[in-house]
Amino acid sequence: MTTVMIPPAGNTARQAAAPVTMAAALNQALADSLAADDRLVVFGEDVGTLGGVFRITDGLAAKYGEHRVFDTPIAESGIVGTAIGMAMNGLVPVVEMQFDAFAYPAFEQVTSHLAKLRNRTRGRVALPVVIRVPFGGGIGGVEHHSDSSEAYYTHTPGLRVVTPGTPADAYLLLREAIRCPDPVIFLEPKRRYWSKETAVLTPEGPPIDRAIVRRAGSDVTLIAYGGMVATALEAAEAAVEEDWDVEVIDLRSLSPFDDQTLTESVSRTGRAVIVHEAAGFAGYGAEVAARLTEQCFHYLEAPILRVTGFDIPYPPPKLEQFHLPNTDRILDAIARLQWEDGGA
Amino acid sequence: MVETHGLLPSAAPLQLIDPAGQPGQNPGELPFPEPDVLVGLHRRMVLGRRFDTQATVLAKQGRLAVYPSSRGQVACQVGAALALRDQDWLFPTYRDSVAILTRGVDAAETLALLRGVWHCGYDPYEHRVAPQCTPLATNTLHAVGLAHAATLQAKDQVALVLLGDGATSEGDAHEALNFAALWKAPVVFLVQNNGYAISVPLAKQTAAPTLAAKGIGYGIPPLLIDGNDAAAVYAAARAGVERAAAGGGPTLIEAITYRVEAHTNADDATRYRADDEVRGWLGRDPIVRLEAYLRAERLLDDEAAGRLAAEAERLAADVRDRMSTEASADPAELFEHVYARPTAALERQRAALLAELEELQELEESAP
Repeated sequence: MTTVMIPPAGNTARQAAAPVTMAAALNQALADSLAADDRLVVFGEDVGTLGGVFRITDGLAAKYGEHRVFDTPIAESGIVGTAIGMAMNGLVPVVEMQFDAFAYPAFEQVTSHLAKLRNRTRGRVALPVVIRVPFGGGIGGVEHHSDSSEAYYTHTPGLRVVTPGTPADAYLLLREAIRCPDPVIFLEPKRRYWSKETAVLTPEGPPIDRAIVRRAGSDVTLIAYGGMVATALEAAEAAVEEDWDVEVIDLRSLSPFDDQTLTESVSRTGRAVIVHEAAGFAGYGAEVAARLTEQCFHYLEAPILRVTGFDIPYPPPKLEQFHLPNTDRILDAIARLQWEDGGA
Repeated sequence: MVETHGLLPSAAPLQLIDPAGQPGQNPGELPFPEPDVLVGLHRRMVLGRRFDTQATVLAKQGRLAVYPSSRGQVACQVGAALALRDQDWLFPTYRDSVAILTRGVDAAETLALLRGVWHCGYDPYEHRVAPQCTPLATNTLHAVGLAHAATLQAKDQVALVLLGDGATSEGDAHEALNFAALWKAPVVFLVQNNGYAISVPLAKQTAAPTLAAKGIGYGIPPLLIDGNDAAAVYAAARAGVERAAAGGGPTLIEAITYRVEAHTNADDATRYRADDEVRGWLGRDPIVRLEAYLRAERLLDDEAAGRLAAEAERLAADVRDRMSTEASADPAELFEHVYARPTAALERQRAALLAELEELQELEESAP
């Protein structure tokens, strides 16, 4: 994938740039957070001895002890519900949901308690809980292993929802999520776990709620997040041939939404396409299109378009290629942005 | 051989004082509370009952948005709250206002949720009382988590969670019992089996012989007790707290009691239960039996009872007064506690609401 470095702030880099996978970056973020804060506990299904089904917690139980990194029964509501109680009593729980669709049993704990407890108690009870959720498709998973569940969470006030697009940002964003006093749903694009980037892992960088311009451009703003960031960057490179200068923005924070960065970009380019794997109907892209239309209407040369998965349950592995947004569909969408009327 | 010793509850509810105020016939191994504890239980039950009846009246007058009465369950609520040590935590439900009050929370703060002023009116950390929980059984997991966090941090702290018979059917109750047993978490589960989940009787809720019997499946020692016997509730809860504090893990207590009032003031209980049944339970009143015992033991006389009644009336008058003044709720606060710091979008929404209100006020002021 494209190498994009997050510039380290000051001299905080502790290592030379080296190839790192997103999985390794996340593992490093957990290890460094465990070392930095005694209050941190990491738990979930298979996260101890096994190191997680994706090995994101590999080696952590051995290094930090089973009182800080431990396996739980297979009970997602139990994992989130007990994390809430632990956070009430001074700990900082970082829990793992094994897959997107397997997080649904915890939905009541997430929406009725995790998201609301600060509000319900007038700010007296803070819940600095991080829920890590491998999400999205593209790995040939059988049913219930490839959902893009972000909109369920972004529609819930009180939650922060973030997702990294690159290994270096996976490290930074997870460190930030763990330091954040609000509950964070940390969505990990599982199809990018093994993608590599030559990068320096640093806990300093753009704040948790800031989008990042991954590729500067002047003709159209391509908005993506998680697993679609790399796809968007590929599309942007392919668009050069068509003479389109595409700006790619990695949202990072789905909630809250970085209006400032996005409004600035779209007002400048006058065109925007939002890409996500999840179904388009009432999906996250609808919110992005609506608020950017409200904020940038007078600058727009064309309607904001969405390139999304179809409005279908996630398909079986042999059919997922037809469902997932790809560079061709993104380029087709860009082509439909009224170039003949507005003039690029 | 699989070891099941201590995992079977008694066949009949344990009882220290019977409905007539005589020593109970089935005390099991429950230690009989000291006289000062019994006097304290009685006092807090009288105050709690008066608070509860006052709140019911306030709900009928529309001064509370809703009130789920705990009349009939006062022994459970008071016994549980008094069994806790200062450093322990109480996890109440919406029906447990009397337990919250008994724990020391201010009466008006206790009623904030049901008055509709805010979702939780008290600071949970002040008296170590979690917000009243409305989604059933979800608080059981919070209690287990908080208790396990105490263990992990070597704090001497126990969590007692209240739930109803209906809540035992929820998945979270199962997960909480399982986690608690596995982690040996210092938790006491106190199920107030009041016979009904709104209208649905226990017979339609479970095929288990008793709710206490479910303990064996989790490896949690259970206690089946008479929930209208404050001495038994206190003794059982206290035993659970001490066991938990000593590293013995969780205890499951099923307290057999009865919800004398309807589910809330909005419910009509005559649609699903007979008056005879209610009358029968009124004859097993928790306060009457403890009072009879205390008088027989010369731990309570007319003068002390009179002083207590006056204290209860003062509490009720205070609650009436404070619930009769206009509740102050600040619309700007709506945006305050969503995140640690309001987002830019929330700041804009707050400004929009305040501008809207200002405009309304100007219109009102300019109206002839």
